[in-house]
Amino acid sequence: MQYTLVAWMRDKPGVLNRVSGMLRRRNFNIDSLQVSHSETPGISRMTFVVDGDERVADQVVKQLRKVVDVTAVEDITNRLAILRELALIRVRTTPETRSEIMQFAEIYRAQIVDVNSENLVVQAVGTEDKVDSLIELLRPFGIDEMVRTGRVALCRGDERPRRKKQPTSIFKAAASLNGSLHGDDE
Amino acid sequence: MAIAKREPADSGYDLGPQEFSGSQMIWESFLREGVHVVFGHPGGAILPAYDALAEYEADGRIHHVLVRHEQCAAHMADGFARATGQVGVCIVTSGPGATNLVTGLATAQMDSVPVVAITGQVPTNLLGTDAFQESDVVGVTQPVCKHNYLVTDIAELPLVMKEAFYIAREGRPGVVLVDICKDVQNEIGTFRYDFDINLPGFEPWPEYSKEAVQEAADLLNEAERPLILAGHGIHLSNTSEELLQLVEKAGIPVVTTLLGTGNIPETHPLSLGMGGMHGEAFANRAVQGCDVLLAMGMRFDDRITGRLDRFAADAKIIHFELDRAEVGKNIVPDVAVVGDLAETLPAYLPLIEDRRHKEWVDTLNEWRGETEEADIIQFEVEELIPPYVIRQLWHATEKTDKRVIVVTDVGQHQMWESQYYIHEQAGMLLTSGGLGTMGYALPAALGAQMSDPEALVWCVAGDGGFQMTLQELATIQQEKMPVKIAIINNGFLGMVRQWQQIFYDKRYVGTPILSPDYVKLAGAYDIPGAVVSHPSEVVPVLELAHATEGPFLVDFQVKEEVNVYPMVAPGAAVDELIRRPKPGMVQGYSGVQPSW
Repeated sequence: MQYTLVAWMRDKPGVLNRVSGMLRRRNFNIDSLQVSHSETPGISRMTFVVDGDERVADQVVKQLRKVVDVTAVEDITNRLAILRELALIRVRTTPETRSEIMQFAEIYRAQIVDVNSENLVVQAVGTEDKVDSLIELLRPFGIDEMVRTGRVALCRGDERPRRKKQPTSIFKAAASLNGSLHGDDE
Repeated sequence: MAIAKREPADSGYDLGPQEFSGSQMIWESFLREGVHVVFGHPGGAILPAYDALAEYEADGRIHHVLVRHEQCAAHMADGFARATGQVGVCIVTSGPGATNLVTGLATAQMDSVPVVAITGQVPTNLLGTDAFQESDVVGVTQPVCKHNYLVTDIAELPLVMKEAFYIAREGRPGVVLVDICKDVQNEIGTFRYDFDINLPGFEPWPEYSKEAVQEAADLLNEAERPLILAGHGIHLSNTSEELLQLVEKAGIPVVTTLLGTGNIPETHPLSLGMGGMHGEAFANRAVQGCDVLLAMGMRFDDRITGRLDRFAADAKIIHFELDRAEVGKNIVPDVAVVGDLAETLPAYLPLIEDRRHKEWVDTLNEWRGETEEADIIQFEVEELIPPYVIRQLWHATEKTDKRVIVVTDVGQHQMWESQYYIHEQAGMLLTSGGLGTMGYALPAALGAQMSDPEALVWCVAGDGGFQMTLQELATIQQEKMPVKIAIINNGFLGMVRQWQQIFYDKRYVGTPILSPDYVKLAGAYDIPGAVVSHPSEVVPVLELAHATEGPFLVDFQVKEEVNVYPMVAPGAAVDELIRRPKPGMVQGYSGVQPSW
C-alpha cells in the first residue's frame, strides 16, 4: 500500500542528497518525492509516497529521523489530509479535436494554459487518481510532453501534524556568533 | 581502568572569544574536547593545519601519530575510542587521503564507535573544478557517517567542530567527518566554544516509556525459559554491572554478540558465550529454545540471527535499544523499550522477580557438557592448532596485573579468539564486527595502546589480514609502543578457504597466500620476534613476549586446514549447525547451502 510521509529539514546544501541517499542505500521503494519551502524560513518540507507494508513505512520514518538535518517526520497516511498533484500536459490538437479536449479539461476543472495551432497545454490539479484518469482520457489524442509534481499533502484543520519541536530558532546557536552566520534571511 | 563516557574531558580551556586562524581553531577545538592524541597523515590541502600543529606539539598539548596509510588513521582513532570511550580523532588531506579513510570510517560507524575525522579540502574557489587532489569527500563518506560537514566559511568552523564531537559522542555513537577548505584554514576569525548545541532534528537520548518497562518486566517474570542476548550497547552504556545484577537476580543465562563479548564474565555459570554463526551449539540452542528472549543493546545482525523467520521462533521478544530505527528493522519485538540502557536497566531491575529457572539452566548445562566433551581443546595434539594458541594466550595474559586489551582482525582467528579466550569484562576485546574489516587489528591495537601505554595490548591477526596493514609496524616503532603481535599463520585466507571447503567442493581459488618471513620483516623495523610451529613452544614464547619491553611479534605457523566449528551456514537457522567433528573424523556437509 501507499504511505504518505512528510518530513521537515534544515534547508542546507546537500540535504536532499542526504535524504535520497539514505532511501537508496536502505533499498526503500519511493513512488514520489517532492521538496519545497515550508512556512518556516530555513526549513524545507518533503512529501514522500512510500510503497510497502507498515513495517517498511515505519522504517522509513525512523531512518529519516536519524538524518541529523531532518527536524521532524510525520506519517499522515491515516490523517484527514488534502492530497494534491499538479500536472502540465501538452496534447496534440487538430481543429476537430480541440474542443473535445477542452471539454474533458473542463469536466476535470483543469485549465488550458497555453494554446497554439498544433497543441495545447492542460494544467490539472487534483489527487493522483484524478490526474491519472484525465491523462488516460487525453492519451488517445497524443501527449507530446508531460510533467507531474508528485504528491503534496497538507492535513486538514485539527489534523495538523504534531511536531514536537517548532524549529523556529534553529539558528540560535549560530546567531551568538556575531549574528551573521546564515545571513539575514531569518 | 575506569572508562569515562560521554562527557568530554575537562579541558580547562574556557577562555572566551579569541582571534584564531581556521587551522588553529581545529586544534583549539580538540583541546576543548579533551583530545590530546590524533592520528593522521599530512598533505597539500591540510598543510595549514599541520603548520599550526607545531605550537601544540611543541608544548605537548597535542601528540600527532603519523600513520603509513590513511585507512589506519581511522582504525587507530577507532581503537583509541573503543579503548577509552572517548571520541577518537584522525586528520588527513584531501582527495586520496580522504578516500583512503573510507574503510576505516565505515568500520567505526558499523560498530557504533565515536570518531571525528578532519579532512583538508581544496580552496573554495576550486571546489567542483576537479582540482588536483579534489574529491567530493562529503558525498563519498555520507553513507558511512552519522553526519558530515563541508566548511567553506570560517564563521561556521567553531560551531561545526563542536557539533561534530557532540553528534559523534551523543546517543548511539558514530562517525562525523569535517571537510575543511584550505583557504578556510588560512583565514582568521573569531573563535569561541561556549555556545549551546541546537540541533532540533537530533534526538540522541530518547525518553523511555515506563509502561514499556513494566510490560517488559511482566513478560520476563512469567518466563520459564528466559534468555538474555546482550550486545555492544551494554558496553557502550557502561551497564555490565547492572546486567550482572539482572542475570543473578532473575537467574537468566546470557548469550552475547561478538561485540558484546565479556558483557558478563565468561567464567560466570550463566554465561553461554557468543551466539550466532560461530557460537557454541548450546548457546544457539538456548536462543532457539527460550520462551522469552531479552535482547539488550543489539541490532539482530544476520550473523547472530541466521535465518530470520526461524530465529527464536517460540519466544516472545523484548528489545531494549537506544536507536529506535533498530527496533523492528530485522526482528519485530513483542515489547520494545527505546532508551539509554543506563536509565532503562536500573528502572527495569526492581521490577524483576527473584527466580532460578533450575530446569532450564540444567538443560543448558547438559548441552554445554556435550559440547565441551567434543571440543578440540580437550585433546592432546601433536600439531599446533589455533585454538590451543588462543587458549594459551589467555592463560598467559591472565597472569598479568596489567589491563589486557585483545584486538583481533577478521576471519578464523577472530572466531577462535572469541571461543577460546575467556573474556572477563566488556571492552577488553576490540574487533571489527559489523563491517568485518581485514587489516583492522594492527592499527586498532596501536590506537588502543596510545590511549594506555601501560596496558598489555595483543594484536591477534591472520596472515591475510596482517598483510593488509603491516606497514603500520613502522608507526608502532616510531611511537615506541609495546604492542604484542600474534600472527595466526596458516598459509590461507582461512575463513574463505573454510567456505570453499564446505560450500564449494574444496576448490581453493584465490585463498592460498604467501607470507614473508615475519620475523625478518619485524627485524627490518627493529621489532624482535619469533617463529613457533610446535605446541611446546607456545608458552615459552608468550612468556618471552611479555618479558620483552616494547613490541614483540610471534609468527604462529599453525596447521593449515583447520576449520572453525560449530558453524551455521549463512541463511540457515542457528540450530541447523555444523557441529565439531570428532577427533580424526573429517566431517562432510550436506546441509543447507548458503543462500548468499
